[in-house]
Amino acid sequence: MTGLNIGILAVQGDVAENVMATKMSLEELGIDGIVNEVKTPEQIADLDGLIIPGGESTVIGTLSLVNGSLKKIKEKIANGMPVFGICAGLILLSKKAKDRVVGEMDQPLLDFLDVKIERNAFGRQRDSFESEISMEKIGIPKFHGVFIRAPSIMEAGKDVEILSKFNEKTIAVKQGNIIGTSFHPELTADISLHKYFVNLIRKKN
Amino acid sequence: MIPLSGDSGDTKGIVEEKIGSFNTRRGTSILKRGFAHMLKNGVVMDVTTVEQAQIAEDAGAVAVMVLDKLPVDVRKAGGVARTASVRIIQEIMDSITIPVMAKCRIGHVYEALVLQAANVDMIDESEVLTPADETHHIWKWGFTTPFVNGARNLGEALRRIEEGAAMIRTKGEPGTGNVAEAVIHIKNVNSELRRIKSIYEAGDDQDLISVARELKVSYSIVGEAASLGRLPVVNFAAGGISTPADAAYLMTLGCDGIFVGSGIFKSEDAKERAQAIVLATTFWEDPDKVKEAQKMIDERQSMLGLDTKNLELRMQERGSTA
Repeated sequence: MTGLNIGILAVQGDVAENVMATKMSLEELGIDGIVNEVKTPEQIADLDGLIIPGGESTVIGTLSLVNGSLKKIKEKIANGMPVFGICAGLILLSKKAKDRVVGEMDQPLLDFLDVKIERNAFGRQRDSFESEISMEKIGIPKFHGVFIRAPSIMEAGKDVEILSKFNEKTIAVKQGNIIGTSFHPELTADISLHKYFVNLIRKKN
Repeated sequence: MIPLSGDSGDTKGIVEEKIGSFNTRRGTSILKRGFAHMLKNGVVMDVTTVEQAQIAEDAGAVAVMVLDKLPVDVRKAGGVARTASVRIIQEIMDSITIPVMAKCRIGHVYEALVLQAANVDMIDESEVLTPADETHHIWKWGFTTPFVNGARNLGEALRRIEEGAAMIRTKGEPGTGNVAEAVIHIKNVNSELRRIKSIYEAGDDQDLISVARELKVSYSIVGEAASLGRLPVVNFAAGGISTPADAAYLMTLGCDGIFVGSGIFKSEDAKERAQAIVLATTFWEDPDKVKEAQKMIDERQSMLGLDTKNLELRMQERGSTA
């Protein structure tokens, strides 16, 4: 194989922004590879890395279940494929999710990231916010966090590394080759987190 | 790709606040337009009750729109159509996890303020309700909550964006079950965009300025749309969508997603139809999947629909000259 094959799960949500940020990351890092929108199990089968973008986790989960993509993603992650979940993607990667208002949820989850998520943890859209945050542990001391009806990580297992916090709330985590953030790096011009993820894929391959 | 930064000198809707040890900003363009981006490739469903909202969420709706009456009933009832009961909006917000939108009357600043205070996720300044001010739409930059507005052509769309709309829905004729008007308007917008894009590519600034004058918008927003070759915000199709094939067809015309009004809950098979329309919107590129979606519904249970030629009330025309 020549270059990396990176997919952006294109069921629903802000796919194009992640395609762009990932392409720019490959270019800046001088790594050979392609970035494609993926929707079907066949497309997912060939990937070296996957980003699950922001959107509505109930929608992305339900529809990926329908066409068998969810099962294929599970298989790939179990085999060590690096995956980056953003907002809805973070929720989908988790073992357990509850909603701040509605409570316990019965929605399809990938069940990998050993965390318990609180959906809409900061409130509704009017409470969506921007703020400067930090991910020192992975060499990103300053990052512009865009939080849109964002979830937070309430509890994390012992294998989960906490990358960033907003006051008492955990907003970014890493567990092996899995990264998850509450905020939307693809909505900013800063591609440092996407670059970090691309490097993770390169190391794995 | 759609840009996220909107331009306005008005920062009234932006709230700066220190939370713990963090400085935060709310109500910025990136947050308002970014919210709309998260809805892309999704279906927003009109609902009037908690039960309908739950069916919508279970079917895979990306958000719900709360109304007092579905558009077809607004049409039948006549009289003045106003924003939905705050109590029902709140009950719905407490029972589902997806975003909840609600409609206010065109130009009715205070209905919008009430909806913002009620904490809805997005406000639809909508022609389905009776306009409160035909000549002035709401100045949406003054709000922290994002707005979606209807438009029939490029000029209307850009005027709404200049007033602060974070999202556009291309209007059809609501409550008719007839997709014809939505199709016409999307094609209109697309062909106008192609026209200004070609002017932009020819580097003819003078012609772009005359387009801006013709559309009654600023030169800068015409330039932005012309360079992108699309609207500078997320654009959904709306009005008259009744079947999965309707939804898939509108997606092929370049829409970012779908609003379904009366089409679902005025059919006899709402639950299956809601799921089928979501499937068709997601997998619109694949006719086999849309066929499967179409199989989930029964045409004999579609809403009857209306011929849009002989309507007494043309909702789409409301507020469109402003």
